Parts: sequence; C-alpha cells; structure tokens
Amino acid sequence: MDWGALHTILGGVNKHSTSIGKIWLTVLFIFRIMILVVAAERVWGDEQDDFICNTLQPGCKNVCYDHFFPISHIRLWALQLIFVSTPALLVAMHVAYRRHEKKRQFRKGDQKCEYKDIEEIRKQRFRIEGSLWWTYTSSIFFRLVFEAVFMYAFYFMYDGFRMPRLMKCNAWPCPNTVDCFVSRPTEKTVFTIFMIAVSSICILLNVAELCYLLTKFFLRRSKKAGNPKHHPNHENKEETKQNEMNELISDSCQNTVIGFSSS
Amino acid sequence: MNWAGLYTVLSGVNRHSTAIGRIWLSVIFIFRIMVLVVAAESVWGDEKSAFTCNTQQPGCNSVCYDHFFPISHIRLWALQLILVTTPALLVAMHVAYQQHQEKKLLVLTGHGDPKHMEEVKKHKMRISGSLWWTYVCSVVFRLLFEAVFMYIFYMLYPGYQMVRLVKCEAYPCPNTVDCFISRPTEKTIFTVFMLVTSSICIVLNMAELVYLVVRACARRGQHNSNPPSGKGSFYGHKLSSEYKQNEINQLLTEQDGSLKDMLRRNPGLQEKGDRCSAC
Repeated sequence: MDWGALHTILGGVNKHSTSIGKIWLTVLFIFRIMILVVAAERVWGDEQDDFICNTLQPGCKNVCYDHFFPISHIRLWALQLIFVSTPALLVAMHVAYRRHEKKRQFRKGDQKCEYKDIEEIRKQRFRIEGSLWWTYTSSIFFRLVFEAVFMYAFYFMYDGFRMPRLMKCNAWPCPNTVDCFVSRPTEKTVFTIFMIAVSSICILLNVAELCYLLTKFFLRRSKKAGNPKHHPNHENKEETKQNEMNELISDSCQNTVIGFSSS
Repeated sequence: MNWAGLYTVLSGVNRHSTAIGRIWLSVIFIFRIMVLVVAAESVWGDEKSAFTCNTQQPGCNSVCYDHFFPISHIRLWALQLILVTTPALLVAMHVAYQQHQEKKLLVLTGHGDPKHMEEVKKHKMRISGSLWWTYVCSVVFRLLFEAVFMYIFYMLYPGYQMVRLVKCEAYPCPNTVDCFISRPTEKTIFTVFMLVTSSICIVLNMAELVYLVVRACARRGQHNSNPPSGKGSFYGHKLSSEYKQNEINQLLTEQDGSLKDMLRRNPGLQEKGDRCSAC
C-alpha cells in the first residue's frame, strides 16, 4: 500500500470532480507526491547520518538531532498529503452509494429508470447537486483546513521555512554548547520553499473551487426563484427521486418479509 | 505477497460488508498501513545503527538495544495489522461457499449458463442467517486482536512514550551505561498516531457489532409481529435464509424431480432475498 495505491483510489474520484478539482488532483500528484518520492526523499535520506556535532560525547548527536527535528520534513509532508487527499474519499463513497441505489432501481425493473444497461450506470457521471453538493463542499472545506493546519505546524516547528547550516545545542549530555551542522541545508531550503509554494497553489485552487461551487449554487437557486412555473418539475428533483427510492426500498422490504413468512 | 497483495484480497470482502465495515477497511488501509509503509518505516529504519551507548565496550550496544527493544514497534504494528485484517477472510470464505452452493443449484435447475453464473458472482449477499454469525465472529476476533496488541504494546513499552535516554547495566556493559535512542520525539508522535487510529478502529468495530445485533433483533421483532402462517412457535420461522439454506441443501442431496417441482412453486426464492439490503 503506497502512493500508487492512493493514486488508484483517488483516480476514480476524478470523474466526478469539477474542472478545478481535476487540476487540483493533478497538481497534488505530479508536483507534490511525485516530487516527494522522486527528489525530496533523497535529499533528506541522510539527514541523521550526516548531522554532525563538534563533540566526541556519545549521545550528544542523537539528542541534538531530536531537539532540532522533532519530526522530519519528509514525514510531515507525507502525513499532510495523506490527510489532504482523504476527504475526496467522502465524495467517492457518496457516488458509490448513489450508483448502488440506481443499480437496485434498475434491477427492480422500474419504469422510471432511464438507464438501458447496468454498464451505463457504472460509467455515468453524477451532477454535483443536492446532497452530493454538500458532501463535495465539505470535502473541499476539510482539505483547506488540513492544508492550513499543516502549514502552520510547519512554520511553528521550524521557525520559518529556512534550513540553517549551523545549530548550537546545549542539551544534556552535550558538554556546554556544541556546534552541530546540518547536511545539505541549501538543497533542503529549496525543496521546502517549493513544497510550500505548491501547497499555497493548492490552497488557492481549493478556495477557487469553493467559490465556484457557491456561485453555481446561488445562480441555480435564483434561476429557480425566477422561474416558479418550473417549480414542480425541477426543484429538489434529486431529493424527490431520493424520497421515491427510499419509499420503494422500504416497501420492498415489507413485501420481502411478508413473502418469506407466507412461503 | 506484500501489503498490496493483502489489499487485493481484502477489497473483495468490501462488497459484502456493512457501511461501517467499509469505513473501517478504509481507515485500516489509508491511515494505518499506508502511514506505516510511507512514513513510520523510515523513522525506525536506523533504530539500531543510531542507538548509541556511552561506552567503548564491545557488545554493550547490541545487548542494551536487545534489552530495551525485544520487538521493534514496526514489526509489532505489522503483525497487528495482519492479524486484525485476517478475520475478514472468514466472511470471504463463507460468501464464496454460499455462491458455490447457489451456482450448483442453478446448474441443477437448468440455469447453468454463463450469464446466470456471472449474476451469482456479482450480487451482494445479505448478512443474515449463518453469514451473520460468521460476520459477527469476525468482528469479535478483530476487536480481540486489537485489544491484545494494544495491551502487549503497553506491557513492552509502558506509557507509549519513547524516551531519549535509557540506562543499561546488562553484561558486558561496565556498571551503568547511558544509551541514547535515535529520533525519540518523532517515534513518540507516530506511536501516538498509530494508537489513536487503533482506538478509532476499535470504536468502529464496536459500533458495527452493535449495529448488527440491533438489526438482527429488529428483524426478529418484525417476524414476530408478522407471525408465519402454519408455524405457531416463536422460533417457527427463525432466520429465513437458514430455512432457505436447508431447502437448498435438501435439493442438492436428493436431486430428484419432486424437489425441482418445489423450486418451480417458489420461483422468487432466490431473487426476493437480494432485493432488500436495508434489512
């Protein structure tokens, strides 16, 4: 189970996203996950081995490394990427649930069912409206929250985004104050700034997507308010369908139970 | 066979799980296995090489490391995840057995064409009857394994916190020696993270157990309020799919025309059970 598996899982969500959502997913996979795996992990690979302190005191290096790097950049980014990509699974679950309902309706042989084939249901793309709109908007909101929290945690832990060359350490058992040297500080600074920049772009994309969804929602609502004639046909069409389906399901359950008891 | 192989095996189980079961499976794969593989393994990667003791005595380093870390966190988590995900295979085996029975039945009744066989493979089984018991057992075993491993973890590494310094006096170390652990804070962060996700999984399992029990009781209550005709006792109707299973078993063992007649009289037996997955 690695980044490839996550890509497979999230690839399915892509079909039901907005265009901005698709751009966001591409930026996430190419400019963040791929850069992390292909480049950043190598840069941070020898972070502890090459962290050298000017002392022969055993244990001083370990303690100073632990003091200045409570959690490595790489792990923080890995956790950030996992948390940021997970809300999309809410949307995937909601879509799977809707598909399941439609398949059940189709199998019942409902006259109102507009699909000719079960394959069509599997391939169909759902419009982002009704309850799916709320799920989608919540997922974007959570993404934003996670991105912001991790950026703040980063800034808080490493006092800015720059990697210094030299750190002065006086934690026990180091004698007095000891100079410790970080390996590849400039390269690490470059990658840190790159990841922060891409993270900011992702935040902007999420904000843009949120605004887009809200605008669409209000436009649709004002259109419905401006065309009251179409009220019974279009308003809450999805909700009406959903209610119908729920009724059908509960009716069929009743019939099934009665059917078994009489056989 | 690696984590990806396990993922392939368990994805099949997903279809026959409850909604809570699917959420549990997602939490396991994304927040536990994936974090283990992608992050935690590199944190513990140099645990022995960077374990430094303040002595030049040969062998002291190895002995002290072995004394304080009888089994590494990473291996313990890997074992925990494997044992916790395995009970789901009981359900997979039971579903496969039921599908096999249905296929045999279809062949007997002359519906052995590939289209019907595919239909059997694709339809979702109701969690009722003996499958309900298998499913509940698998959830109970999951809970048990999670609890046992959490306890083992606490026994081996009291407090769940990784300390920076341990004092070691095992032979051949001279007197008492200070030994320093690599990346203790990062290890503590990941230990707490894995602990929290483990607790979330325990809560999900308990919720699933309660849901299954409540559903079974509600179904039984419905059967009682619609008493079956000709069967007066409380247990007369019992679990409808067990009744169905007994019929199927009878059919398969006897295999004669009169049984085929019985099937013809109840053509909807197979289809009715699948329609209501809310039950």
